Amino acid sequence: MNKPIEPNSFRTGPDEQGMFGMFGGRFVAETLMPLILDLQGHWEHAKADPAYKAEVAHLNKHYTGRPSPLYFAERLTDHLREVSAAKGLGGGAKIYFKRDELNHTGSHKINNCLGQILLAKRMGKTRIIAETGAGQHGVASATVAARFGLPCVVYMGATDVERQAPNVFRMKLLGAEVVPVTSGHGTLKDAMNEALRDWVTNVDDTYYMIGTAAGPHPYPEMVRELQSVIGREAKEQMMEAEGRLPDMLVAAVGGGSNAIGLFHPFLDDRSVRIVGVEAGGKGLDGEEHCASLTAGSPGVLHGNRTYLLQNSDGQIMEGHSISAGLDYPGIGPEHSWLKDSGRVEYVPIMDTEALEAFQLLTRTEGIIPALEPAHALAEVIKRAPHMRKDEIIVMNLCGRGDKDIFTVGKILGMGL
Amino acid sequence: MTTRIDRRLAHLKSEGRPALVTYFMGGDPDYATSLKIMKALPKAGSDIIELGMPFSDPMADGPAIQAAGLRALKAGQTLAKTLHMAAEFRADDDETPIVLMGYYNPIYVYGVDRFLADARASGIDGLIVVDLPPEMDEELCIPALKAGLNFIRLATPTTDEKRLPKVLQNTSGFVYYVSMTGITGSALADTTKVATAVKRIKSHTALPVCVGFGVKTAEQARTIGASADGVVVGTAIVNAVASVIDPKGGLTADPAEAVATLVSGLAQGVRGARLVAAE
Repeated sequence: MNKPIEPNSFRTGPDEQGMFGMFGGRFVAETLMPLILDLQGHWEHAKADPAYKAEVAHLNKHYTGRPSPLYFAERLTDHLREVSAAKGLGGGAKIYFKRDELNHTGSHKINNCLGQILLAKRMGKTRIIAETGAGQHGVASATVAARFGLPCVVYMGATDVERQAPNVFRMKLLGAEVVPVTSGHGTLKDAMNEALRDWVTNVDDTYYMIGTAAGPHPYPEMVRELQSVIGREAKEQMMEAEGRLPDMLVAAVGGGSNAIGLFHPFLDDRSVRIVGVEAGGKGLDGEEHCASLTAGSPGVLHGNRTYLLQNSDGQIMEGHSISAGLDYPGIGPEHSWLKDSGRVEYVPIMDTEALEAFQLLTRTEGIIPALEPAHALAEVIKRAPHMRKDEIIVMNLCGRGDKDIFTVGKILGMGL
Repeated sequence: MTTRIDRRLAHLKSEGRPALVTYFMGGDPDYATSLKIMKALPKAGSDIIELGMPFSDPMADGPAIQAAGLRALKAGQTLAKTLHMAAEFRADDDETPIVLMGYYNPIYVYGVDRFLADARASGIDGLIVVDLPPEMDEELCIPALKAGLNFIRLATPTTDEKRLPKVLQNTSGFVYYVSMTGITGSALADTTKVATAVKRIKSHTALPVCVGFGVKTAEQARTIGASADGVVVGTAIVNAVASVIDPKGGLTADPAEAVATLVSGLAQGVRGARLVAAE
C-alpha cells in the first residue's frame, strides 16, 4: 500500500463536501438533504458568531461546571511505577486524568448537547430527537431539552433499554419520551436508524441531536468542535501544571466524540503521541467486539463513509462490548482518516482488561469510572510502566461509572 | 443511448396511460420464490420492475420493507445473488425494464466498477440508490451513466424550487417523486398535492415522473396515475408476500400468486387512470 502523503496540518478537515480524505460525506436520502444543508448554514453562522460562543461558554461554566479538572493520579502513577520496577524497567509515566466525568450528567456528552440545543433554538426547531446506546447521550439530551423547555424523544434499542434501566429512568424523570427500538437487533445502530426515520418523517419542526462525531456532514465537525473544549482546556491546564505538552494522549473510542474532543487541539503537536482505544470485546478473532478501526473495513452507514464492522456483502454486523457506549459497528469519519494518515494509533482492549482497570482505579484513586474510559485506562496501565518517569500521559476520564455498577456487580458476582 | 426504461415509458406515453412500477425485495422469502415472484410481475401487468437489494440498515424504509430485507438476508441473499436473479429473469424476458433499488454500502463493498459491469451483464437498466444525493454524484451516479445505466433520483416534498434543478441534473430514466416525507409504507399523501407537485417537477424536466410512497389499492393507483407518468407500488407488494408467511417462516399460500393477484388489480387501476382523467 502507498503511504499517504503527510498533510501540513491535521486540523483543517473536513473539506466543503464534508470529507476527511475519503471519509465522511453526506450519504443521506434526498428528503434529508435540504435539512442537512440548512443545518450546515446555521452551524457555519453560529460558530463564527461571538454571541453563540459566549452562550456556550456561559452554560459550560455555570451549568456543566467547566472547566473540568486536570487531575494528577498520584497513587495510580506510584502503583504503575512499582509495576515498572518489578519488571526491572525503572520507569512509569506520570498519569493525568481530564475529569469530564465530573460534568453535570456524568459524562462529556453534555458538552455537545448544550451547543446543539442552542443551535436548534436558533433554527426555530421545537422538537428534539436523539439516539442513545448506554443512555449517557440520551440523559444529556433529555437534560438540555428540559433546561430549554423542548419536548424530547430518545430512541434506544430495546436490548439497551433492558440493560441500562437506571438511565431510562433518568430520561423519563427529565420528561423525555424513551422509544424502545425493536427493529434490527435492538441496539445503538438500530436506534440511529429509527431516529433517522423519525427525522425523515418530521422534517419541519424536528432537530436531530446526534450524540457522537459521526453521521452526515456537518455533524462530525460540529460535534468535534463542541467537544474540543476538552482538549483546549487540557492543553492550557497541562501548561500550567507542568509547563509543557504531554507526551501521550489516551481516550476510548466508540463513535469517537470524547476522543476527538481531546485529540483535535493536539493533532499538530507532533511530539504528542495519540492513542485511541477501541472495544475489543471478547477478542478480535470472533465477531464479539466493536473494533471497527482495527478489524473493520471502509463502508457507508448512517450518512458517512468510515470504517465499519461488516461482512463481505456489505451488511453491517452487530458489535459486542461490555460497555454499551462502545457498542457501535462504526466510528466517526475523522478517526478513520486519522488512522489511515497514521497520526493516531488505534488499539483494542478486551472486556476483561477494562474490568480490571475499572477495579484498579476504584481502589487506587477512589474514582469509579464508566466502562468506556476503563478501556482507555487499561491501555494506560499497559503503556505507563514502559515509559520514563518524566514522561506524561493525559487520559480522558470521560464518564463516571454509576450507570455501570449493576453490570460490573453482576459480572463480579457481588450481591447488591 | 436509450434503455429499456426509456423505451417502455415512451411507448406507454404513446398509448396514453401511466406505467405501473412494482417493487419487490430480492430474495424474500428465499431466492427461488423471489425469482418466481419476479417472473409473475410482467404477466400480472407490471410495466417496470424495481428489484430491491436487501440491506441490514435501511434508514429510509418502514417496518414492512425492513422485515422483508431481513428475511432475504437470513435466507442468504447477497448482492451477487440479486444480480444473478436479474440475469435469470432476463433469460425469458428481454423487454421488461429492471431497476435495482437499495442502499450504497453493498455496492461500494462489491466495488463500483465491478458492480456496474455485472449489472449491465445481468440486464439491469437503472439504479435507485436511496442514500446517494446529488452531492455524492461522483461515487456512483456519473460512472453508472457512463456505463449506460439510468440513474433514477428521488425528489421529495422537501426538494424546493431552488434544489430541484440540482436533483434533476444527472437524473435519467424517470424522476421518482416520493409523495410525502417519511419512510416507505406510510399513509398516502393528499392526491391533489401530488398532482401539483408532479406539475412542478415537469416544469423543470422532460423526464417522466413516477410517484410512489403510500399507494396500496387499485383506486389509489388510478387517482395518482391520472397526473403521473407512472405509479410505484412497493410496500403493498412486500406485505402480500408477508401475508402468506406464517410465524415460523413457512408458507401458507403461494407468494407469487398473492403478488400476482394484487398487481393485476393495481394494473387495472393504472389502465383506468387516464379514462377517469378524461371524463
